[in-house]
Amino acid sequence: MTAVPVHRRRFFAPLARVAGGDKLVTAALALLALLIVAAVLAPWIAPHDPDAVDLSATLSGSTPEHLLGADQSGRDVLSRLIFGARTGLLGPLVVVIVSTVLGMLIGVTAAWHGGVVDAVLSRAMELVFSFPALLLAIILVAVFGVGLTAPVIAMSVAYAPYVGRLARSVALREKARPYIQAYRVQGWSGWVICVKHLLPNIAPLILAQSAINFGYALMDLAALSFLGFGVQPPTADWGAMINEGSSSLLQGAMLPALAPGVAIVITVVAFGIVGESIADRVARREQ
Amino acid sequence: MAGFLLRRIGGIAVTLLVASFLVFGSVHLAPGDPASFLLGGRSASPAAVAAIKEQYHLNDPFLVQYTKWVGGVVTGDFGKSATFRQDVGGLIAARLPTTLLLIGYAGLLILVGGLASGALAALRRGVVDRAVLIGTGIATATPSFVAAIGLISLFAVQLAWFPAFGDGGGFGDRVYHLTLPAAALALTFVGLVARVTRTSMLEELGREHVEVARSRGVPGSEVVRRHVLRNALGPITTVTGTVVAGLLVATSIVETAFGLSGVGQLLVSSVTVKDFPVVQAVSLLVVLAFVTANLVVDLVQPLIDPRLSHAKGGRA
Repeated sequence: MTAVPVHRRRFFAPLARVAGGDKLVTAALALLALLIVAAVLAPWIAPHDPDAVDLSATLSGSTPEHLLGADQSGRDVLSRLIFGARTGLLGPLVVVIVSTVLGMLIGVTAAWHGGVVDAVLSRAMELVFSFPALLLAIILVAVFGVGLTAPVIAMSVAYAPYVGRLARSVALREKARPYIQAYRVQGWSGWVICVKHLLPNIAPLILAQSAINFGYALMDLAALSFLGFGVQPPTADWGAMINEGSSSLLQGAMLPALAPGVAIVITVVAFGIVGESIADRVARREQ
Repeated sequence: MAGFLLRRIGGIAVTLLVASFLVFGSVHLAPGDPASFLLGGRSASPAAVAAIKEQYHLNDPFLVQYTKWVGGVVTGDFGKSATFRQDVGGLIAARLPTTLLLIGYAGLLILVGGLASGALAALRRGVVDRAVLIGTGIATATPSFVAAIGLISLFAVQLAWFPAFGDGGGFGDRVYHLTLPAAALALTFVGLVARVTRTSMLEELGREHVEVARSRGVPGSEVVRRHVLRNALGPITTVTGTVVAGLLVATSIVETAFGLSGVGQLLVSSVTVKDFPVVQAVSLLVVLAFVTANLVVDLVQPLIDPRLSHAKGGRA
């Protein structure tokens, strides 16, 4: 039998490029993939129901039945950790998507038009900068009540200037390049040039910033859940788990609070590594 | 310089104006009647509703309400707390010392820890550098409440060196009680400052003037102190703005985690019990502190690095 050459689309090619043979980056990507799989398949892979109460196991340490022990209500910590990945990843995902789109729009518009438009948009971004993201979220929670909606809206708005500032400076540099000038001379509209040529060229750098922002958004949203403003109990969420587990800390039960804490740190580190690696690759290509 | 200062103060005034407008206007964005919102959804007698309407001038047009409210705020009158039945200004003033001490303590830890570990990493490449890089990578990814439970479980429960809760009385006892909270608050930012210090010092170490100083036989410590560190301070002061903004908000998380009665904890508990006048006042205070800190950074920068002098028509 002759081997038929199969033309496959290499879905993982961009990921392999990001990893670039770096073991640390590969490990970070693998970890994030694992987290996403865990979040999606949570009902099938979690050993227990995250809300099932097993009072005999209350605050037990690690046992064969409960690998990461059980919390103060006798719920399995590992299962809650797996289910917590859902809200833990979904919230930041929405924040990153909205803030990236918003920031790109503002940044590229400011850079493209310059003049008064640039001045107004830049001032507006500075204004939002003077509201720390968490404070904005807390104010919105005070007005609209607890839950994930108000914090996600607040974070999306508060993170947009970080993307916008970057998009503006990169777009300014890109706009001065000859190829953009060439398209303008040919009479293409600004809209077409921006969407078809400028955006794809500045996208990698902005993606890098967004990956790093994902980690920050995750920390901030978990902090709000920890304060009791975000995801509400009994829903399993890493921040809320730390809040609930912190009381049993003094009774010597570390796992209910520490396990979600470690999960947060590892996830944020992984996103940081991936983001920095993308930024490094872009910087090297520019040289 | 004077022009720069005036422009910046003008900018701050605009920021505060917009911030106060948003903070005030949000009451009217809330679902339901502003009066019942300000009462925190509690059922109140018609007299109480009338009193709150009187206090917040709710019967006036919106802009008149806002002007009257701002007029009060400027003179330090933030209204009365719905739950404490006390002046908001007094409530904040009573809690300010704890918060200021906590932020100052954390700031000291950040400055010493961040500069020292960053400089160490830049000067001792190899194992030390890698260790600092890994350590700071983890530190910057550790939110303050995770740091708080980690520190409590290790130093308060396992080793019992420090108390887990409360503010303590007397200055020495206060500092003792605030050690764990300050460490939890500082951790993320120690990582950030260390990273910036390392990068900035490495850049300076590769410069020609450092090589010249070395070849002239200037002692190593002198080179580092006078030629490397001083020149590397620029980027380090730039991140101060980010650090201050982070500290101002993270303090409410840390105070809550350690049960300290500070301004941040007041903000969190006021949101929980829907005590809106307090939320408004603390939010405005945080924004004010933040813009002031950034102004101070901009003013200090040319003192550290005269090349950034505003007088020579540098950046606006």
